[in-house]
Amino acid sequence: MMNPMIEIDNLSVTFNRGRKPVQAVNGVSLSVKTGEVVALLGESGSGKSVTMRSLLRLHPKGTTITGRMQVAGHDVTALSARQIADFRGAVASMVFQEPRLALDPVYTLGDQITEAIMRHEKLGRNEAFERALALFEKVRIPSPERRLKTYPHEMSGGMLQRAMIAMALACNPRVLLADEPTTALDATVQIQILLLIRELQAEYGLSVIFVTHDIGVAAEVADRIAVMYAGRIVEEGAVADIIRNPQHPYTQGLLGARVELAGHRDRLVTIPGAPPDLADMPKGCAFAPRCVRVMEACGQAVPPLTGTKGAGQVACLHYA
Amino acid sequence: MLLYGLKRLLHVIPVAFGVSIVCFMLIHIAPGDPLAAILPSDASAELQAQMRSFYGLDRPLIVQYGLWIWRALHGDLGVSIATGRSVSGEIAAASVNSIILAIAATLIGFTLGSFLGFLAGVFRGGLVDRLASGISMLGVSVPHYWLGMVLVIVFSVHLGWLPAMGGGPGGSDGRAVGWDYIRYLVLPAITMSVIPMGIIARTIRSLVADILSQDFTQALAAKGLMTRQILRHVIRNAAPTAISVMGLQLGYLLGGSILIETVFSWPGTGFLLNGAIFTRDLPVLQGTILVLAMFFVLVNLIVDVVQGTIDPRIQRS
Repeated sequence: MMNPMIEIDNLSVTFNRGRKPVQAVNGVSLSVKTGEVVALLGESGSGKSVTMRSLLRLHPKGTTITGRMQVAGHDVTALSARQIADFRGAVASMVFQEPRLALDPVYTLGDQITEAIMRHEKLGRNEAFERALALFEKVRIPSPERRLKTYPHEMSGGMLQRAMIAMALACNPRVLLADEPTTALDATVQIQILLLIRELQAEYGLSVIFVTHDIGVAAEVADRIAVMYAGRIVEEGAVADIIRNPQHPYTQGLLGARVELAGHRDRLVTIPGAPPDLADMPKGCAFAPRCVRVMEACGQAVPPLTGTKGAGQVACLHYA
Repeated sequence: MLLYGLKRLLHVIPVAFGVSIVCFMLIHIAPGDPLAAILPSDASAELQAQMRSFYGLDRPLIVQYGLWIWRALHGDLGVSIATGRSVSGEIAAASVNSIILAIAATLIGFTLGSFLGFLAGVFRGGLVDRLASGISMLGVSVPHYWLGMVLVIVFSVHLGWLPAMGGGPGGSDGRAVGWDYIRYLVLPAITMSVIPMGIIARTIRSLVADILSQDFTQALAAKGLMTRQILRHVIRNAAPTAISVMGLQLGYLLGGSILIETVFSWPGTGFLLNGAIFTRDLPVLQGTILVLAMFFVLVNLIVDVVQGTIDPRIQRS
């Protein structure tokens, strides 16, 4: 079998700013095949974004990354500063949550895209501009030639996110990392952007990691879902399995909180309590304090990910 | 762009009008009789009245203002009571000197200040930051007339490298480009530059730190740009604010140099103003203040237009 496009093995990320070190990611392992879309699902602070940004090593100084990450044959942790810069954008590129904040306000969109192209490829300004124009057509931005000459503040959020996607694809990367790319957009625009990403992913055979807190979005866009809680993956499996037959009590709780899945119940099920402090993690299962099915053994040790009856994995003592 | 410039120019007219009223009125509110300085204390009432009507001081204020502004619009600011020379001529000569000093000081302050501020912002929290912030803090806090005197003691009295005072080898007459003239400029310009340097350094430090913490710098890194290329984006983002701060500083320096010009006997507008205050020379005072205020308005206009060309978002608002 072919090597997976992305292989994360026992990744831990610790931020050393502030008084206490904060362990944002705590032993995550994940692999993504060529042409596969994996959604990282979790609430704020679950470490989903941090996990994804580790793949580009986009963390502030003073962050400790341990574990191994392979992306398209590159050992990401071992790359030099120069090599990681060559890798970013060319092998793996990223779409940010807020396009309005993620684009430089004083450069035209065209300049920002041609800059990325000329950074990685030996192309003249005109050729790079031609490529940018083709990309704008590809992401279906109306009157692309004129739009390339506009500044970010002159465009709508949805159009900007299209431009951002065009920029991410400018150097034909193999991997696309999407950090909640639809969260900041209107609901109607959201679905268009999701469809666009899905379409481009299929056309270019991209491997995609799609970070979201919205299980509906994850189900829409992904082949597989990995659910994160307090810096760990607690459940992972094919979309259909996770939605129809969630195993982990946390995943079950997330699904219970969805309106469209609530059936005829009067109230939505909520998960009581709040996620644990990442600077002061409980000893056993991080979800135990909020779990409705908690047992005595849950507080003893972190449960490992084990195979389920289906093709997925779950980290819960009830299934060990 | 041209339209924006013209629009801004139109805004200047009411501002200029208001400024002229304020500076005219302020001087007439201030106590002291301008004639006391030129007339002997035992002058007859008849002579006093004659002089008063000669200078137009016996007419109602509104008429005085009307006459003054009418003539000012034609470039005539009256005659100095103390020296009898044309006010416009005196101000023109003094302005040139002050502008030279202000520009030199702003250039020094802006260059050093943006360099220090940029370093401090990029390496925030490190040793470089503490050093640069310390220097800029010192620049803002040190009284500049004191610094001027210390510089004179060190470089003129002890080392004898630079002249202590004056506008050039021939006093205030004549100007040329050359070391003979620039020598006189060095100490006052350095003294004057420390405050803008400190202010610009502190502004740019927080600006750069703020820009670096924004999402888009991370997005620039994510598309593979090298640190050097990212810093170019940072500079372009910081430039509009940096320029407007520089413009404001230049505006302040053009008018606020009485202390330094007096310490170094630099024949500029501050020096002229200082003399006019002591002799209660109303025409000179009014004229100088009006011209300085107009400088300030003009500098702001230029800054706005320049900013508009760098940052596309500004023209809209």
